[in-house]
Amino acid sequence: MFDTILIANRGEIACRVIRTAKRLGIRTVAIYSDADSAALHVSLADEAHHIGPAPARESYLIGERILATALECGAQAIHPGYGFLSENAGFAEACAAAGIVFIGPPTEAIRAMGSKSAAKEIMAGAGVPLVPGYHGQEQDAGLLQREADLIGYPLLIKASAGGGGKGMRVVERSADFAEALAGARREAMSGFGDDHVLLERYLTRPRHIEIQVFADSHGNVLHIFERDCSIQRRHQKVIEEAPAFGMTRELRSTMGGAAVAAAKAIGYVGAGTVEFLLDTDGSFYFMEMNTRLQVEHPVTEMISGLDLVEWQLRVAAGEALPLSQDQFAINGHAIEARIYAEDPARDFLPSIGTLRYLRTPLETTHVRIDSGVCQGDDVSIHYDPMIAKLIVWDCDRSSAVRRMKTALTDFHVAGVTTNTGFLGSVVSHPAFAAGEIDTGFIERNRAGLFPETAPASDRTLALAALDLMLSRTAEAACRAEQSLDPYSPWHQSAGWRLNCDNYHRLHFIDGESVVTVTAHYRPGGYQLDLHGRTMMVRGERDASGALLADLDGRRITATVVRADAMLTVLDQGKSHQLGIHNPHAVSELDEAAAGRLTAPMPGKVVAVMVEVGAQVERGVPLLIMEAMKMEHTICAPCDGVVAELYYPVGATVNEGAELLAITADVQQATQ
Amino acid sequence: MTILKSSIRTQSDEFKGNAEVMTSLVADLRAKVAKIKQGGGEKACTKHTERGKLLPRERIRQLLDVGSPFLEFSQLAAYGMYDADIPAAGIITGIGRVSGIECIIVTNDATVKGGTYFPLTVKKHLRAQEVAGENHLPCIYLVDSGGANLPQQDEVFPDRDHFGRIFFNQANLSSRGIPQIAVVMGSCTAGGAYVPAMSDESIIVKNQGTIFLAGPPLVKAAIGEVVSAEDLGGADVHCRTSGVTDHYAANDGHALELARRAVAHLNRVKQPHLAIKPPVEPLYSPEELYGVIPTDTRKPYDVREVIARIVDGSEFAEFKQLYGATLVCGFAHICGYPVGIVANNGILFSESAVKGAHFIELCSQRGIPLVFLQNISGFMVGSKYEAGGIAKDGAKMVTAVSCAKVPKFTIIIGGSFGAGNYGMCGRAYSPRFLWMWPNARISVMGGEQAASVLAQVKRDGYELRGETWSADEENTFKKPIRDQYETQGHPYYASARLWDDGIIDPVDTRMTLGLGISAALNAPPEKTEFGIFRM
Repeated sequence: MFDTILIANRGEIACRVIRTAKRLGIRTVAIYSDADSAALHVSLADEAHHIGPAPARESYLIGERILATALECGAQAIHPGYGFLSENAGFAEACAAAGIVFIGPPTEAIRAMGSKSAAKEIMAGAGVPLVPGYHGQEQDAGLLQREADLIGYPLLIKASAGGGGKGMRVVERSADFAEALAGARREAMSGFGDDHVLLERYLTRPRHIEIQVFADSHGNVLHIFERDCSIQRRHQKVIEEAPAFGMTRELRSTMGGAAVAAAKAIGYVGAGTVEFLLDTDGSFYFMEMNTRLQVEHPVTEMISGLDLVEWQLRVAAGEALPLSQDQFAINGHAIEARIYAEDPARDFLPSIGTLRYLRTPLETTHVRIDSGVCQGDDVSIHYDPMIAKLIVWDCDRSSAVRRMKTALTDFHVAGVTTNTGFLGSVVSHPAFAAGEIDTGFIERNRAGLFPETAPASDRTLALAALDLMLSRTAEAACRAEQSLDPYSPWHQSAGWRLNCDNYHRLHFIDGESVVTVTAHYRPGGYQLDLHGRTMMVRGERDASGALLADLDGRRITATVVRADAMLTVLDQGKSHQLGIHNPHAVSELDEAAAGRLTAPMPGKVVAVMVEVGAQVERGVPLLIMEAMKMEHTICAPCDGVVAELYYPVGATVNEGAELLAITADVQQATQ
Repeated sequence: MTILKSSIRTQSDEFKGNAEVMTSLVADLRAKVAKIKQGGGEKACTKHTERGKLLPRERIRQLLDVGSPFLEFSQLAAYGMYDADIPAAGIITGIGRVSGIECIIVTNDATVKGGTYFPLTVKKHLRAQEVAGENHLPCIYLVDSGGANLPQQDEVFPDRDHFGRIFFNQANLSSRGIPQIAVVMGSCTAGGAYVPAMSDESIIVKNQGTIFLAGPPLVKAAIGEVVSAEDLGGADVHCRTSGVTDHYAANDGHALELARRAVAHLNRVKQPHLAIKPPVEPLYSPEELYGVIPTDTRKPYDVREVIARIVDGSEFAEFKQLYGATLVCGFAHICGYPVGIVANNGILFSESAVKGAHFIELCSQRGIPLVFLQNISGFMVGSKYEAGGIAKDGAKMVTAVSCAKVPKFTIIIGGSFGAGNYGMCGRAYSPRFLWMWPNARISVMGGEQAASVLAQVKRDGYELRGETWSADEENTFKKPIRDQYETQGHPYYASARLWDDGIIDPVDTRMTLGLGISAALNAPPEKTEFGIFRM
């Protein structure tokens, strides 16, 4: 076994690897970019090395530098995690050349699986079932049309070198094929510099079932059951579970056998995942093989009781697999939810910002949290905006689903928008409970998963109001403590008046409107006027900051997080944002009148359509931003003259950055 | 410390009867205050808010720290005194917390006769300044007033304690390092113009606040110049050109925010010179005070029952318990502050007066604030007592009360009659605050005694002339006297004339005293030097 390993990764997976290494008594070396100097993985490792600026291509992707670091600190092996260099054959080769063990499969295996069409040829040879399709080198349009007609429709055109949905087309009928092909080729060319495509039958309700395989350098190959990763949005996994709903012993054995055969076919060593599409009739087809540890490996660990990272280390050190296929079994059911800093309501746009508040559910035998961030960390534009993986386990699927619902409710984040509410909607959906899951789940159940951004409920407003009043009381108590007259009744914040009652008005910005809540001071609490009804509220904060509230006699626990003038109410697994409005703050009034020309998200300026001094009319496009492959047009909020442009084309801007200034026409402004 | 033991039976008919009466008195008080809080009425208020102005009580709410107590003075000022209804005398005054500092707040109510100054308005304004001076509290004036009420000019303008005294006070308070801050939120005409002009710092609201010695009509009449109010004395003129005001506010809320900011920069540290303890609630509920106080002021009860419901933990270290028992003296804490309590438990005899003088000396020597619980029909009369020198013993107590420089607080919890009022720190003896309970009565003597005295004099005259005076005739003679005393001795009558700082619900006694004592601690302690005690 190794004495020292370097982890060529960041975030939760780096932390995950360090955890096992520590348990095994192995020294760990972390690497970090400028953006990660205070990151959790850096503090957990025994040693950490700076390897470059924030962008990954200038740090985590520079193999030579990482290798040099490994040599310098005496690491005998490098764990690549997932992403970054984990499936980079060149890097694996360089490691081998430098005499450092790459904790992953042999270079040839990575190469073999790197090209999709090449991979499929190998698999076909090994007898692994493939989706009927055409993977040939011949790319003549006429030939492709004939092949397509042979395969049948609906059919999928994919770029051979592609991924992530680019250069992909679904064709419903023969007549549409030629045009779709042309489109797919164009995208493939611009995206990957290679317009080779392959054709495949398109399954209408396929499930994404993958098999975890493990092989050692002594010729042993086994599988550690399946994972169902069908719940996806835009080809990204959202919820993963093991075992798969409705999986029979026979099918598991057949699919497992196919996966083992696939691994053997390429002389695989280490942890790998063979991804299949499972059709409604029980037939399954090889999709691809991931030659690394998967993000969702914890669900397999939870049902098998194994530590896959430990196995990776042992295998890489040349040991044989510690167990044989019949020595372990499935125990219970596990589900993983990926918690992302993203806004499901805005097409899952990443939400960049500071984690002002982060409180995760308590870790127990039933709940596991794999995270690489702490409260106060930034979710930056540079890396994957994943906050944590939340994994739950229980004896059966329905119990696990219940635990997931509860755990999501107890996952509190403020500062950035997260998908916890959305995840909660997914696992609470009756179709999910019924196992009616396939890769079209989210699209098909859209209506039930994306509730309209409704106005704040009375309960939400009550919690926000109560929390604000409690904050004031806490501030007053804090001031009292610092005072030389600490017990003075003047420190009290219950709004005492002589011979009459008193109240305080709170104004919240809820979406586009301002909501006023009047809090009447009452002994021990407040009587709130909300939308024409009243509610008696009282409460306190516990040590963790959670709000223990009593709303008209109903006791609930919620969390309200305040960051500047923003309140985030986290209640029942949903989060609602409210602004604190001061109707008399002049600067705010002025700003609102001027209209805001700020970046709605972090991204790049890709076009500026106006020049300084240009006369513009309300609504004309001024500037286009791009973020996460999406364009966003900034339009003039009023008639006026462009006074200043703050960013040139190509500039990277943060969310909320002022993009340009417009001097409103005086006439317009006074109207 | 001794914990007071209550012998009150809360289930007794007497207790319930007492409570019922006090409850109705308090309910009446709260109803009156609720009415007064509406200011000049719905129409005037609507007109006021339509101009984008906040109502005066809303201004105070926004000026104060969120949730800060507001110890309002003399809510019933001018109650029933003028032909027209002048709620709270058209001016709201009190102490509240601004940016963590206790401040005197003086707010004109423009919905009441345009915020003009009636005689009681002036008196209330000056009283607030007096409180500021005695307790070293910064003053914030929220100005929105048309100046002196012209029909009442003879009662408002010329005398020493009239309108001009406001500015005299501002200058002298400022000279003593007591900050003067004005927020001009409406008119500030003629004499009123001096409020912001005499302030240390002043704020004006654009399109609302105006300051000028003579308004547009007078200017036109005098020199023929036609000018708008805003151009004559608006925010732009005074912030950009004249320099009369220092801060330009976009609206009321902004102005109040600027006032809070000004207070935040006063650099004041409150340094209480008292051994303060963590407060403990009384063992007995203050609500029970309702049932403790007999409905008939002449009926005796043990004042310790009141003390037990006001002081921390109902703990009371009594002084000279066995001597001069009609005056209860002792040490206790209220809201954590040490106090010396002087409370009547019957009429004053020589012994009780001397004991009181001694106790006041003790408190003065030790710097302990004094709390007087007044329920006194007077000093004992008769040849035995005159010969015993009750006049000089009473004088000792009056000397002690007069000269004591520790903060003094008086609450009239029952009767306040005759020289008893003096010895027990009546208004003339400058307690920092004087409050009355709704059941209290105040007059030179009780109505019945006054009627009897006058009837006796009259009867003596009849008898001298050998005439007779029937009991019926005597009763007819006495009734208007009794009625007059009942009316004039009533707390509403007293409070309307600012003989006190307000009528308080007995339940609020502890809180009110706590706030008052804490506010008083803003002033540095003063050394007491007594006059000659006649021996």
